[in-house]
Amino acid sequence: MPYLIAFKTILFKEIYRFVRIWPQTILPSAITTSLYFLIFGTLIGGRVGPMAGMSYVDYIVPGVILMSVITNAYGNVVASFYSTKFQRNIEELLISPIPNWIILAGYVGGGIARGFAVGGVVGIVGIFFTDIRPAHPCLVASVFLMTAALFSLAGFINAIYANSFDDISIVPNFVLTPLVYLGGVFYSIELLPDLWRKISLANPILYMINAFRYGFVEISDVDIRTAFLIIGGAISVLVIWSLVLLRRGTGLKT
Amino acid sequence: MNALSIRNLRKTYRNGFEALKGIDLDVKAGDFFALLGPNGAGKSTTIGIVSSLVRKTSGTVEVFGHDLDTEREAAKRCIGLVPQEVNFNQFEKVLDIVVNQAGYYGIRRKEALRRAEECLTQLGLWDKRNSVSRHLSGGMKRRLMIARALVHAPRLLILDEPTAGVDIEIRRSMWEFLRKINQEGTTIILTTHYLEEAENLCRHIAIINHGHIVEHNAMASLLRKLHTNRYILELRNAASFVPAIEGYQLQPLEDHTLAVDVPLELGLHSLLDQLAAQGLEVVSLRNAANRLEQLFIDLVENQRVDATRKTA
Repeated sequence: MPYLIAFKTILFKEIYRFVRIWPQTILPSAITTSLYFLIFGTLIGGRVGPMAGMSYVDYIVPGVILMSVITNAYGNVVASFYSTKFQRNIEELLISPIPNWIILAGYVGGGIARGFAVGGVVGIVGIFFTDIRPAHPCLVASVFLMTAALFSLAGFINAIYANSFDDISIVPNFVLTPLVYLGGVFYSIELLPDLWRKISLANPILYMINAFRYGFVEISDVDIRTAFLIIGGAISVLVIWSLVLLRRGTGLKT
Repeated sequence: MNALSIRNLRKTYRNGFEALKGIDLDVKAGDFFALLGPNGAGKSTTIGIVSSLVRKTSGTVEVFGHDLDTEREAAKRCIGLVPQEVNFNQFEKVLDIVVNQAGYYGIRRKEALRRAEECLTQLGLWDKRNSVSRHLSGGMKRRLMIARALVHAPRLLILDEPTAGVDIEIRRSMWEFLRKINQEGTTIILTTHYLEEAENLCRHIAIINHGHIVEHNAMASLLRKLHTNRYILELRNAASFVPAIEGYQLQPLEDHTLAVDVPLELGLHSLLDQLAAQGLEVVSLRNAANRLEQLFIDLVENQRVDATRKTA
């Protein structure tokens, strides 16, 4: 029971943090994705023509939702945990009798909650541009949850290694954003030349976006089981990596 | 029973600096204990290891019999820490900081709110409970850190320079508060640069220097080691000569002021009598330096001289 209380304390603190500053955390994604839907979906999309047998806006909606989940889950944990380190109030957690896995679960829970909040808002915005609905709600929920957890973990590890605010923006700007944009949000990899299609298959985000899209419109460039294996495997690796870092006190203890 | 028991504790930082060179330290339950030492002596490293903020290189630490390696959670539950520097979230409200800390110790929210009210009231911060913490004054921030450290009712409270930078009035009120919770059963370990503070509050003392414990004793026993006390005497009339009194060393400071080293075995009474006999009336006297400060300087200086000799 004490562990559950500690977990809830961290989780609610994290949720309260991003809700309190919603103009910085939730509103920008809603505005940006509305623009994506408007410009790429409606204005340009009409000229692009159908993609994989459906209207272009219908095709991009799942990917745009998951893109916002990925960037927000990552951004929430990396910013929050690094700020906690920077202000040294991480010491509040380190001196208390909380096991490391509870600390990790609390922060990852906060990242998932932010992903859920922003993904929900983006989904609501999407309703105004498209009438697609989840064909497989459980699949959509699973991919959503696992992807948010995966990128929350990645944000946590980034925050542990970060020594400055610059260090928490390098990965999102130079790794995450290119991988997301090249992960099939706006196009099917079937449109790419053979070499680039093969290269794209090495991008893990491609599997997440396609699995998520399959949950809505039953169309995917990849095998869904492979997608689950990749996401599940990546989560396992990052959980172990995070717990090892916490146990060693890397970046947290001298 | 010992509140804290440290054996052969060593810490070598990555850059090769050996902060602790195998220290042993015992603090009895219920004690008010001073851990003193010059800057860089190893005080904060010791406290950091005990509170799990610094990784030890080797040695053992037990808190109320719980080994920090094998019974980490039980040991941590016994400890409350007031760090040297402000380390709470500057954007959170005062009440949230204290209630969240209770949550980390598994205390239900309703009980956490009750305890937070009690701690904040005792430290005069209840009226500020809804203030954002960065808007508090320096003294209030210090008190907030004490409230946060006490919310889970620790048996051992560690204070790392808790009164640094606070005005004398707040310092005195904090002393009263610390005395009170110590009388109620909380063991307190205090590090401070105000040696007057340690002398006033603490019953036992350890002095650490260059990673070694150079003194570990009861405060009273330690102070008895002082063979002389230096006093400043204010005279009613200007002294036209420096009086010579056997056993005492007198030194003029100003026309109306003398400094005198008084051996403990001779005391002040004889000195005042002999000065009066020579026509010098003393209107007031005070300690030239805090007694503990004098002893501290002697110990640290002696160790420095020993080290220099060994090097030579």
